[in-house]
Amino acid sequence: MDYSIKIGGEAGQGIQTIGSTLARYFSRAGCHVFTHQDYESRVRGGHNFFQIRISERPVAASRDVIDILVALDSDSLLIHEQELSKDGRIIYDSSALKQKREKPRFLDIPFIDLAIEHGSSRIMANVVAIGAVLGMLGADPDILIKIIEQTFRKKGEEVIKGNISAARAGYDFADKNCAECGFSLKGSGADPYMLISGNEAVGLGAISSGCKFYAAYPMTPSTGIMNYIAARGKDYEIVVEQAEDEIAAINMALGASFAGVRAMTGTSGGGFALMTEGLSLASITETPIVIALAQRPGPATGLPTRTEQADLQFAIYTSHGEFPRVILAPGTPEQAFYLTNRAFDIAERFQIPVIIMTDQYLADSQWTFEGFDPDKVKYTDYRLRGDAFKNLSEYRRHAFTDTGITPLGVPGDARHLVVTDSDEHDEEGHLIEDAETRIKMVDKRLFRKMPLIQHEIAPPVLYGSDRPDIVLAGWGSTYGIMKEAVDALSGGRKTAMLHFSELYPFPLTDKFDYLEIMNNAKLSVCVENNATGQFARLVRTETGFDFALKINKYDGRPFKADSLLNELHDHIKGL
Amino acid sequence: MSSMITLKDYRGLPPAWCPGCGNFGILAAFKNAVIELGIEPHQLTIVSGIGQSGKFPHYIKCNTFNGLHGRTLPVATGIRLANHEMLVLAFAGDGDCYGEGGNHFMHAVRRNINVKLFVHDNQIYGLTKGQASPTSMEGVKTKNQPFGVLSEQLNPMALAVALDCSFVARGFSGDSGHLKELIKKAIDHRGFSLLDILQPCVTFNKTNTFEWYKQRVYHIETGHDPEDRVGAFKKALEWGDRIPVGVIYKNDRPILEERIPVIRGQSLVRQSFDMSRLSNTLKDFY
Ligand SMILES: Cc1ncc(C[n+]2csc(CCOP(=O)(O)OP(=O)(O)O)c2C)c(N)n1
Ligand SMILES: [Mg+2]
Repeated sequence: MDYSIKIGGEAGQGIQTIGSTLARYFSRAGCHVFTHQDYESRVRGGHNFFQIRISERPVAASRDVIDILVALDSDSLLIHEQELSKDGRIIYDSSALKQKREKPRFLDIPFIDLAIEHGSSRIMANVVAIGAVLGMLGADPDILIKIIEQTFRKKGEEVIKGNISAARAGYDFADKNCAECGFSLKGSGADPYMLISGNEAVGLGAISSGCKFYAAYPMTPSTGIMNYIAARGKDYEIVVEQAEDEIAAINMALGASFAGVRAMTGTSGGGFALMTEGLSLASITETPIVIALAQRPGPATGLPTRTEQADLQFAIYTSHGEFPRVILAPGTPEQAFYLTNRAFDIAERFQIPVIIMTDQYLADSQWTFEGFDPDKVKYTDYRLRGDAFKNLSEYRRHAFTDTGITPLGVPGDARHLVVTDSDEHDEEGHLIEDAETRIKMVDKRLFRKMPLIQHEIAPPVLYGSDRPDIVLAGWGSTYGIMKEAVDALSGGRKTAMLHFSELYPFPLTDKFDYLEIMNNAKLSVCVENNATGQFARLVRTETGFDFALKINKYDGRPFKADSLLNELHDHIKGL
Repeated sequence: MSSMITLKDYRGLPPAWCPGCGNFGILAAFKNAVIELGIEPHQLTIVSGIGQSGKFPHYIKCNTFNGLHGRTLPVATGIRLANHEMLVLAFAGDGDCYGEGGNHFMHAVRRNINVKLFVHDNQIYGLTKGQASPTSMEGVKTKNQPFGVLSEQLNPMALAVALDCSFVARGFSGDSGHLKELIKKAIDHRGFSLLDILQPCVTFNKTNTFEWYKQRVYHIETGHDPEDRVGAFKKALEWGDRIPVGVIYKNDRPILEERIPVIRGQSLVRQSFDMSRLSNTLKDFY
């Protein structure tokens, strides 16, 4: 079983509700799920879709073909009909779309009439649609009833009852009228899987790392992180402050971190541009901070709700002066969770900024997992607090040490003063001008810490053959798409993926000689969601290695499995 | 404890300001104010920006975050939200706070975060050698404004009253005793406090000299009700032959810190992190 379901319609029609409810259903039913969203930068109208892929095997990307299209507007018919698989079906409400299609692949379901008749309100048309999809798949309706009960718990018995009968009406209608559809949902009966999006995973990673302060200014696609953390702020004692701008956001986070708590901010490219002076402030004051940079296509406002991986070089090189920073780029929500945890640990241990890079595709897509392991979450408080601080005979915030790391005292916990400065400073933190201290401070911040930080960085993950003829390399959100491509090609060819999620400082080859693998491959391909191949350039700068082939996509849309494979096939043929 | 704190406890590095700079008067008044209030250096954090005023915390002793030009208030806000048992003071220049950081000023007032902002207002950019600042008077000529300042002078007092700032006062660096009392009042006030301190810049501001201020400033304590917002606004508009110094406006709006349920009981920095909740939170995703 490998079905793709697409819900298309205008903004405000409830695509998100239908999509996320179905995704939740499938993960509960023990199916593997992958979802991705495509939406325009508007609150009403336009054309948007939510795509769900389900299988009994893990799925890591969307496909180009779809099996069930839920068309809530006529654009959905125009745009997506051609994506339908051979046995695919389109469900729509001819009275709502004011058009009737007769081909056998169309199934006219009166979503609105059924909603009014069985659910008492036309708002429930979406629930009818959900029921209809499940009816087509012959799926167990009980799981849906439980989800409805949970979702509407606070709205009362009436609403729950209405929604359940609307769902049943849709289910029965599809079940009866789609008898020859031939879909059947497998995987039912297995244990439920965890279903989580990239943004949620970053937020979850933050709260489970002891993040106490999050300041940000809303910017798609990073806002979901703030939403997630704000919703759990009460349980986890986290202050979430919506700053007046991104400059304020990073400075607030630095203030909170200076005061002694773990702090984070999040934004997208435009906001990150405003944060760059703050990034260098974090560095010279040696104040730990975690920054989530959820990319979208630029320049400037670009395509606000779409996806791209074009800020890598910006993140690596931005800000004036020379200082260490760490850049992590998860490829899945699972990696996003553990890497966010790592980001907090690295930031506090080395007192440096750590940037977690995602993009709209990863931020909004949902994946299923067996579960995350709380025991793998690391929490070490590296700050100097309370008695440990009081008992020191003297304290200088920026005292020179062998490692370059000076204990981070919490102001007010002892009589020792904590002094720091955006000007170059001495060991106490007071501003200086002399050359000798300057050199020693740069050595402390940069050259002493750097080897330790470098040592922390993990090499890329190898997936597939360990002596591959074909190597696909990439970073961040292309993990799933490359993995799918490797799976598809592995039957005929020894293929592997090298996925880099710890990008900067660039991983050395001492732990794992990935360069050898790339050098020995007959075809090395760098897959990137940008125009110029920024990662390929980084690899060349850092290692001298040149990829034989670069596949770049910069239309603001994510890669999809089938089209990437087609493109690869053209190049593999000649090998 | 308080009786034991002396000027010696607050002695910092030797100031690098020009002889005769108004900053010396502010420094002296400030030290006396905190000593009289019985505040110890470690109980206090000063956030400063960049400018001659930004160097202030280095010349005393206290916890210090000398941050970026214009960004004192966001840092101070972050510190207070993380630790509201800490006394957090922001020291900024007129360019620093009303120019580069103008947006932060407006929003710090709105939040009513319990931070005290002291603006060293010399009506000029001192550190960068004499360009016009937002509070420079119209017509004042500088190297960068050869035709004189063309924009209208910003009135921080009127702006603050208009924003319903919790405490609005003006002081004069040449009136040390009065300034000390104003600093104490600003610190004691519960809510965001703005104390704009007029100070001569002996090197770059040849218009607003010590004499110029001396002839104009007058104390407003008698006959002015700082809780009357309309009266305060009128007072705030006064500028010219007579310049009012003293508490112009105050109110008792609730502070941000007490409105955030998460920190009502205890400041964030004192709350330990308990990871055991995670297994439960993970259940949300099934
Ligand atoms: C982002 C940024 N822009 C410009 C500067 C240069 N600069 C430093 S201080 C200053 C103005 C100082 O004027 P003011 O804030 O009034 O302080 P004063 O020196 O008069 O006390 C400027 C423009 C800087 N340090 N950072
Ligand atoms: Mg000035």
